[in-house]
Amino acid sequence: MAERDTDIHIELRGVRKSFGPKTVLDGIDLKVRRRSSLVIIGGSGSGKSVMLKCIIGLLHPDGGQVLIDGEDTTNLKGRDRDRVMSRFGMLFQSAALFDSLPVWENVAFGLIQGRGVSRRKARDIAIEKLAQVGLGSEVGDLYPAELSGGMQKRVGLARAIAASPEIILFDEPTTGLDPIMGAIIDELIVSTVRDVGATAISITHDMASARRIADEVAMIYHGKIIWHGSIDEIDHSGNPYVDQFIHGRAEGPIRMSVLKE
Amino acid sequence: MNPLAQIGRVVLHLLAEAGRLSLFLRDAVFMGLLPRWYIRQMAIQFVRIGYNSLPVVGLTAFFTGGVLALQIYIGGTRFNAESLVSSIVALGITRELGPVLAGLMVAGRVSAAIAAEIGTMKVTEQIDALVTLSTNPMKYLVGPRIVAGVVTLPLLVVIADIIGIMGGYIVGIHSLGFNSGAYLKNTVDFLEFKDVTSGLIKSAVFGFIIALMGCYHGFHSRGGAQGVGRATTNAVVSASILILAANYVMTSLLFSE
Ligand SMILES: Nc1ncnc2c1ncn2[C@@H]1O[C@H](COP(=O)(O)OP(=O)(O)OP(=O)(O)O)[C@@H](O)[C@H]1O
Ligand SMILES: [Mg+2]
Repeated sequence: MAERDTDIHIELRGVRKSFGPKTVLDGIDLKVRRRSSLVIIGGSGSGKSVMLKCIIGLLHPDGGQVLIDGEDTTNLKGRDRDRVMSRFGMLFQSAALFDSLPVWENVAFGLIQGRGVSRRKARDIAIEKLAQVGLGSEVGDLYPAELSGGMQKRVGLARAIAASPEIILFDEPTTGLDPIMGAIIDELIVSTVRDVGATAISITHDMASARRIADEVAMIYHGKIIWHGSIDEIDHSGNPYVDQFIHGRAEGPIRMSVLKE
Repeated sequence: MNPLAQIGRVVLHLLAEAGRLSLFLRDAVFMGLLPRWYIRQMAIQFVRIGYNSLPVVGLTAFFTGGVLALQIYIGGTRFNAESLVSSIVALGITRELGPVLAGLMVAGRVSAAIAAEIGTMKVTEQIDALVTLSTNPMKYLVGPRIVAGVVTLPLLVVIADIIGIMGGYIVGIHSLGFNSGAYLKNTVDFLEFKDVTSGLIKSAVFGFIIALMGCYHGFHSRGGAQGVGRATTNAVVSASILILAANYVMTSLLFSE
């Protein structure tokens, strides 16, 4: 085997995942550089969220490998899995806040339960993280059900970055936010990568947002990565699928299964 | 439709379910009950499962004790054995009706609530979120509920025993014309320690069943609100049936000597 490229933080090799007869990931190969920001684009239902869950280990791939720092994490269990998991932070597409806990405790959860930080100290950190996503300290005492969808998304984001993980997965961080708040969140993601030195993988459908946060972009189609390049190349990728997607054209090589009259 | 194929499908389905349950049981015991312990979660569950069940269990026991006194009196007069009312009420409540009725009532309340809560957490990805925050759902969610079930059910049954006997006493004194002192003396004289402890042992097992069924069906629910609804029903039905079956097995074991 060739000498391992230490600049590669996350690598997927031939990752496959099916649900029953339906193949979602059909051999994903992907490399993510350390301290870079990768944006995943692709149609609705193309398997972007499933791919993130395979990377973090919530879903077990049917085949292939997920390597973190060159270590095959695909079959880790118990303590080893915990060790790898503690390096991740994840924002879920649905926010997935704990609705039995107040907002501040949601944000502080990983600090209190995972790292054994005292509740008082964790609360201070939580309030600080909430401020970073544009939420005042009074929001901390509300319950998730009392928040709007966009606010929930931002709390989920604060929770994902609260423990300063080295790898952060954002599943549609700006969906459901107004354009100004979306731009603020984009900035937060960029600064998390640049200042904290995290590696970020984000899913977005919003090309303007992708241009702001991405160093690189990868497009997933029919269970494979069909294009992967830097954000500067995306406008002349020479790939008709990418072109159709970033310009949002109804006509092109990508067929959506919609019944036409 | 081919009846053999139908039978085969049902058998396979049952076997698969039994396998899933065994695996869940193993995880619940070996992961959920070993440290690390979430004391705060445990305290919350003690209140929800134990304390909040007090009214339901108390009322059930009170009326059951009363109705038992009435029925035994009616039956007893046929054999001139009215004097046995107090001791039979005490025996019936402590050995059978206290633990079983408390178990069934708590199953209805608590298994359903646990299944609905965990089921909702499952379908809204909150359980996945727990995992990403380095928290084992077996330890955080299942362990505290099982401990609370096993510990609080016997406590509830002690209270049910007292209230049930009191219900019989009140009916005995006020409707059936028993002498208060004699009634109480008969209750105390004939009641053995073992009558009470056997009921408490049973109820600890019922508490385990209630929490386990709630958690199991919650964890295996899928498909939105409908799936959570189905999990809730299944939790109550399976907990109730398992309680009655376990009750029979334990009764025949505990009283076989
Ligand atoms: N737990 C699951 N069980 C069965 N099928 C699933 C499951 N999770 C995802 N799928 C299927 O996998 C496919 C990809 O889902 P995924 O959520 O990854 O899409 P996506 O690319 O994130 O879409 P969107 O942009 O709409 O969020 C879908 O067709 C979905 O039906
Ligand atoms: Mg998705």
